[in-house]
This record gives sequence, C-alpha cells and structure tokens, in this order.
Amino acid sequence: MSSRDLILGRVRAALGDTPVPEVPRAYRPAGSRAADLEVLVDRLVDYKAVVHRTGDIASVVASLDPGRLVVPPGVDPSWLPPGAELVTDEHDADAVLTAATVAVAETGTIVLDGSPDQGRRVVSLLPDLHICVVRTDQVVAAVPDAIARLDPTRPLTWISGPSATSDIELNRVEGVHGPRRLHVVLADFTTP
Amino acid sequence: MTRTFLGMPATAPRGVGNLRGDEPFPAAAHKALADDQLRRNLGHATGTIRRKSGAVVAELPDWQELRAAGSALKAATMARLPELLEQLEEKVTAAGGVVHWAADANEANRIVTDLVRATGQRRVIKVKSMATQEIGLNEALAEAGIAPVETDLAELIVQLGDDKPSHILVPAIHRNRAEIREIFLREMPGVDPGLTDDPATLAAAARRYLRETFLSTPVAVSGANFAVAETGTLVVLESEGNGRMCLTLPETLITVMGIEKVVPAWRDLEVFLQLLPRASTGERMNPYTSMWTGVTPGDGPQSFHLVLLDNGRTAVLADEVGRQALHCIRCSACLNVCPVYERTGGHAYGSVYPGPIGAVLSPQLTGVADNASLPYASSLCGACFDACPVRIDIPSLLVHLRNKAPHPRTERIAMAAAAYTMDHPALYTRAQHAAKLSGRLKHLPPPLNGWTASRDLPEPPAETFRDWWARR
Repeated sequence: MSSRDLILGRVRAALGDTPVPEVPRAYRPAGSRAADLEVLVDRLVDYKAVVHRTGDIASVVASLDPGRLVVPPGVDPSWLPPGAELVTDEHDADAVLTAATVAVAETGTIVLDGSPDQGRRVVSLLPDLHICVVRTDQVVAAVPDAIARLDPTRPLTWISGPSATSDIELNRVEGVHGPRRLHVVLADFTTP
Repeated sequence: MTRTFLGMPATAPRGVGNLRGDEPFPAAAHKALADDQLRRNLGHATGTIRRKSGAVVAELPDWQELRAAGSALKAATMARLPELLEQLEEKVTAAGGVVHWAADANEANRIVTDLVRATGQRRVIKVKSMATQEIGLNEALAEAGIAPVETDLAELIVQLGDDKPSHILVPAIHRNRAEIREIFLREMPGVDPGLTDDPATLAAAARRYLRETFLSTPVAVSGANFAVAETGTLVVLESEGNGRMCLTLPETLITVMGIEKVVPAWRDLEVFLQLLPRASTGERMNPYTSMWTGVTPGDGPQSFHLVLLDNGRTAVLADEVGRQALHCIRCSACLNVCPVYERTGGHAYGSVYPGPIGAVLSPQLTGVADNASLPYASSLCGACFDACPVRIDIPSLLVHLRNKAPHPRTERIAMAAAAYTMDHPALYTRAQHAAKLSGRLKHLPPPLNGWTASRDLPEPPAETFRDWWARR
C-alpha cells in the first residue's frame, strides 16, 4: 500500500461521517470600504518605510543616490533619472526600482506579482535599497480587497516595511536579510 | 470507487523527532523555575509581545468575527480533509511540483534526505519550520552527511548555541541580547570581535554571516503556513527575508507540511492573513509573505517538492474533541499569555510544541501515555482560549486529556473508596468526624503523598455542615 493511500485511509477512518460546518463570514468583506491613502502612508511610515508622494519618480530616484541600479525589463524608462548607473545583474546592484501590483492601506503592505515591471522575485530581494512605485489606483482598503485582486498562479511577494526581525527579546529591529531600506513612491497618475 | 478501510490512525513513532521530553513536566519545570535569568528573559519578552499584539488586535473592529470565521474554516477543512489533500496534490502537480506522502517522521526524513542526495549537494539552507523540528530532520540530514543551515535568526542562535528551541515563533526567546552576543562571538565564523549586544548590530552580523551561504547553496528546505487546495498555492510568512532567500535563490525547494495546514480556497487566506500576524508577532502584517504555485519558469526554484506529513495527525483527528488541536496556525499567542509558560519556559514541556497548545497537541501526537504530565501543565485559567485567533478551546481539551491520561492505582482506589463512602450517609458522617479528629494534617502519608507534594490538605472545619443543620 502506498503512503498516500495509507494516510488518506487513516484520515477517512478518523473522520467517520463528520459533518462540514457552515463558515460564518461576518467580518468586513472585500469592497466594504474605500481605500484611504492617508492610512496607507501612516502604516508604511510606522513600519519604517519612507514615503514620497509625487508623480516625478525620476527625481525621487536621483535624490536617493541609488548607486548601481537594477530595473526589471518592464519598468517605465521615464522613471529613470538621467545618468543612472544601470546594471543587469541583481547580485551587483545597490538598489532596485520596481512597480507594484496592489497596496493594502490597513496593513501598510505592498504586493509584487512578478509582472514585467516588477521582475523576478530575486531582483527585489538582493539589493539593499528597494524603491517601489505604487499608483494610487492600486491601493485597496484591506486584506480581503487585495486577495480579490491578486492572481494566485503568479509568484507573489507581500512586503510590509523593510526586512526586520523580532527574534531578539521580541522587539522589532529593522534590517536583516532583505532590503534594509524601503522607499515607496505613491504616484497619482489619474489627475494631472 | 468504494472506500476501503486501509488502516487505523497511528501516533508518531518513538525514537525519532522531538515530541517527547527526557523527564516529566513537573521535574523539568522544577529546574527551569530555579533559573532567575530565564524567568527574567521570558517575563520581558512575553510582556513585550502581549502589549504589541493587544494593540494591533484592538485596531480591528471585526476581530471576533474573523476568529469565528477562522475557527469554522479549520473545522470545515478537517471534515473535508481527504478531498482537499487530493485537490492540493492535483493542483501542485499540474503546476509543475512533485507531491510526496509521509506517514511518519522516519518516512519524511527519508524522502527529504533522498531528494537532497539526488541533487548531489552536501548542504541545505532552511527556513524556520516547526514540522521539520518535529520530525528531527536536521539530525537525519546530519547523519546522512548533509549539513542543514538554519537561516532564521532565532533558529540560528539555537543552532549555533547547540541549544533546543523553546518557543514556536521565537525559538531563542530564552536568550537575551547579552547571551546572543556571547554565542555569536563563540560560534560564528568570521564574526567581528568587537560585536556589541545592540540588537541591530546582532542582526547585521547574521546578515553578513549568511549572505554567502544563501548565494552558494542550491537546495532549500522549508515548512508552510498554508497551502490552498483550490489553487495549489503554498504560503510562508516571515520577517527577515531569509525565507525569501530560501524560497527564490535555490534550484531545488523541498517543503515539508503537516496535512492539517491545507486551506480550502484562495479566498480563505483573507481570514488567516489578518489573524496570524496580529496574534503572532503583534504586527499588522509581517514584513514578508511569499506565495508560490508549483514552478514558475525563469523565476525561483525550477524543482519543487511538497512532502505531506501525517506523523500522528490522523490519531489526533480520530478524537472528536481533541481534533481541535489540529486547527492551530502556530502563532504562539497562547504561549505568550500563559502564566505557566511564562515561568517555566518552553524546554520544560519536552516537545517542540510547548505552552498550552503543546500541552494538548504533543500528547495527542504521541499518544497520551508518552506525554502524560503535559495536560496538567496548566492552571486552566483560560487565557489561552481568549488569545487563540482560531478559538481553540484549550482548557476544555486539557480536561479532556486529563481524563484520558493514565491515573495511578492508589488514586483510583482512593476515589472508589470516597465514592462508596459518599453513597452511604452513616459512613460519611463517621468519616467526617474522623477527619476532624485528625486535626491539622498538612501532608498525606504514602502512597497518597504525591497528591499533597504540591498542595496543602484543606483544614477540616470545626463543625460539619450536617452537624450545624441538625442543630437548627
């Protein structure tokens, strides 16, 4: 007998005819609230991300003095400051510039889904500085709204602030293996 | 297809893994309680996390509704477990992954060891995983000549210190910053001898130490927080980025997951992703959550293996009351609020699952006889039930398991004698008068002295209720 059949047989024997309970979903569902940009900014800052509210992304990138910069292939070229030192290998990069898929206001979370303007997962992982551009129309109120928008077949990375740990005396300390600096550019492209 | 009976649910085997301690809880707790430093470290850490968690839980007006949904989702998952596991297997396979089934710790260790051997590698990087701690995977890999490198900071502290984990979330919770600095100075190759005990400096030391290992190790082993049956999506929550490194840099990824971790639908994550971080690290959201479905061409590991582990879980499932323990999402909130855990720490429980949830999960995974003292490692105060994000009624489970634990023969004889006496009024009156005559007896003589080892015998009243009633 295979272990698969053994385990499934054990599970069936253990359960007998256990009824399946109804799941009450009385919590606030997707679509119940409008996204609040002020909440997003507050939560990002609380978890030590730096927020820039502007459509002039190239100026923000230039002001951060990014050093060797890696960008996924789909990033809008107008986001790059003139004279940026571009590298193609993330192992050699000091900074990475990406777009995002969704941002969750209530938790201060940005989600990347590996689209051409967000790149392979490792691109936004190895450089020490991550500059992430979020369009205001990508911001949703809470976790259920993000789940409703995301495609689970894509590789997803949910990012809430820079790399951190709570492993020393259970206090949050920023800066372990992921990018130690996270800058979020909140860009409103819907109004001129 | 007819359902054939294929075997009785089995407990986790002896001689492998880390579910059984060397001594019963009272003896281990006695030693832990004598360690002042341990109690200070635990008091400080659990106090910090309780405050943080309380603050972010209070931010959600629908916390109780989320708990109710989480609880029902877990119960529904258990009731549908066979079909959900089959669906998960189908979806993971369709997305390019390979699914393995491990009936117990020995089989899981063998599967993982063989998979690593097939790559020709002698070293693996690991993301913190309770399942692999439970089955003793590191010991099995080391025996096969494969070096497992723990990359979570707390696991690294435990591994470098040749220590044992003492908390589900923060395995090195029993160590303070000064002790961590000493371990790093002693055991971390190439560490800066001028290392201070500033937490940010200690974290930076771990970053430097592990970076080259991340970049040069092509096999990783992880656990999983959730696996979505509907889509085949695996989910790992973490903080440091070590998880992202292990889940994206290597060529081969092996994930070991208890069969109870499956969730039915993608949408169900909207409940658990709100419950887990707030209950666990006391954050609105943990810094990093990775989700992947099978293999993505050109992005991340191109070889993905999922090992589905029983190791006693079906035995837990067979107990209609006890199966609630399988709802646990490993947040460790119950440890942080437990007055017993706060004083004894995790090592006293003997199992990798300490605290209130460990006291109900470990004895069921191993069979109650192998962890008979754990259901008593509680004052039944109920704080764990209130803190649990999926509403596991741990106090009721503790009482349930106490009834299943083997009781000493003398206790059964004494209880039978008491029952007979109370059934016969004349005998009862005489017994009460005899008790009064015995005066202030603090400790019972053998063989009943065990009962009074940790409590005083109550003083008999000057007048019994029946005497008082008769006088009126």
